[in-house]
Amino acid sequence: MDRETRKGQRAQGTRKIAKTLVYSFFLSVLTLCPLPFAFCHDAVCAETWPGVDESVVEKFAREHGRESREPLINTDQGDLLLFAFLLAGTAGGFAAGYFWRMLLEGKTKAQGSGKEKKK
Amino acid sequence: MKIPFLMTALLLIAAPAHAMHISEGILPLPWAVAWYALAIPFVAMGIRQVNRMSRQDLSFKPLAGLMAAVVFIISCMPVPVPIAGTCSHPCGTGMAAILLGPFVSSLIAAIALLFQALFLSHGGLSTWGANVFSMGVVGSIAGYFTFKGLRAMGVPLAPAAFFAGLQADWATYLVTSVELASGIRGSEPFLPLLEKILLAFVPTQLPLGILEGAMTAGMVMLLYRKRPDILVTMGVMDAGEVKANG
Repeated sequence: MDRETRKGQRAQGTRKIAKTLVYSFFLSVLTLCPLPFAFCHDAVCAETWPGVDESVVEKFAREHGRESREPLINTDQGDLLLFAFLLAGTAGGFAAGYFWRMLLEGKTKAQGSGKEKKK
Repeated sequence: MKIPFLMTALLLIAAPAHAMHISEGILPLPWAVAWYALAIPFVAMGIRQVNRMSRQDLSFKPLAGLMAAVVFIISCMPVPVPIAGTCSHPCGTGMAAILLGPFVSSLIAAIALLFQALFLSHGGLSTWGANVFSMGVVGSIAGYFTFKGLRAMGVPLAPAAFFAGLQADWATYLVTSVELASGIRGSEPFLPLLEKILLAFVPTQLPLGILEGAMTAGMVMLLYRKRPDILVTMGVMDAGEVKANG
């Protein structure tokens, strides 16, 4: 077995380990983060899980005499914000999927034109 | 495998934003203007680069579109952090900066933050400059140079991307703390207040930075597997390295 092949195999092995580590870490974080939602009743109440904008930014600002103002378009009314987030998530998700597909189609096209040139 | 999927589904349920962007009206006018002035040149450079690169390479536009969508989604995705009992979100700018460069990444963040400020009550128009500077400019620069530095030292792609994501996230919160402390301090000394704000961010942002690192590494490795040619075109890695790794 020559040096290049051994180097390639070693790189492949490292890549596999790195990939497994990244996946398992990501999966464990994703699993652990929402656990309290499933087991703790209080966790589903918004007040129990404040964002750092409330618990840090606005808290410190308030202590120093600065209050946050209403946004120009106030969607934070009832379920309107939920709707806005759902809409934004859907639009963002569709856009991400569309561009991802475009990227992969670009690869197929490039491979196709390569084959045609070979012929 | 069902449990992680169930948990992931729970995590992704749409919910009002619990975020880290500086809310509308928090910063005094002179500071808000100053952060606008600092952020705008980077955004302008981003526009220039998008025009130039989209003429040069056909795969640039879909990649930029994908990154814009990803940054928009993950920078308004509240992630609960059980050890802190709070929610915050990753930024995605480290990932975008690795793949598209810091200027285009700043532009993407600026657009995402504008939509969030306008329609999602997330951040604000008066604080847009400050939020763009912390998340877009500093997050992108920190991620980009961490990645390039680590790669120059021979660190493999995945760990380099992981640390770039981590640095981008932590740098964003460091600068957010600086912006907040300088804006609200009045006559109080700057450094003690900055320290207090930073310490308040730590329990949430420490684990979230690690999550951001994992997401960044995952995205870069996914592109490496599916379209390594794009990584070569974007200068993320050398053509020789792609060939050597098979």
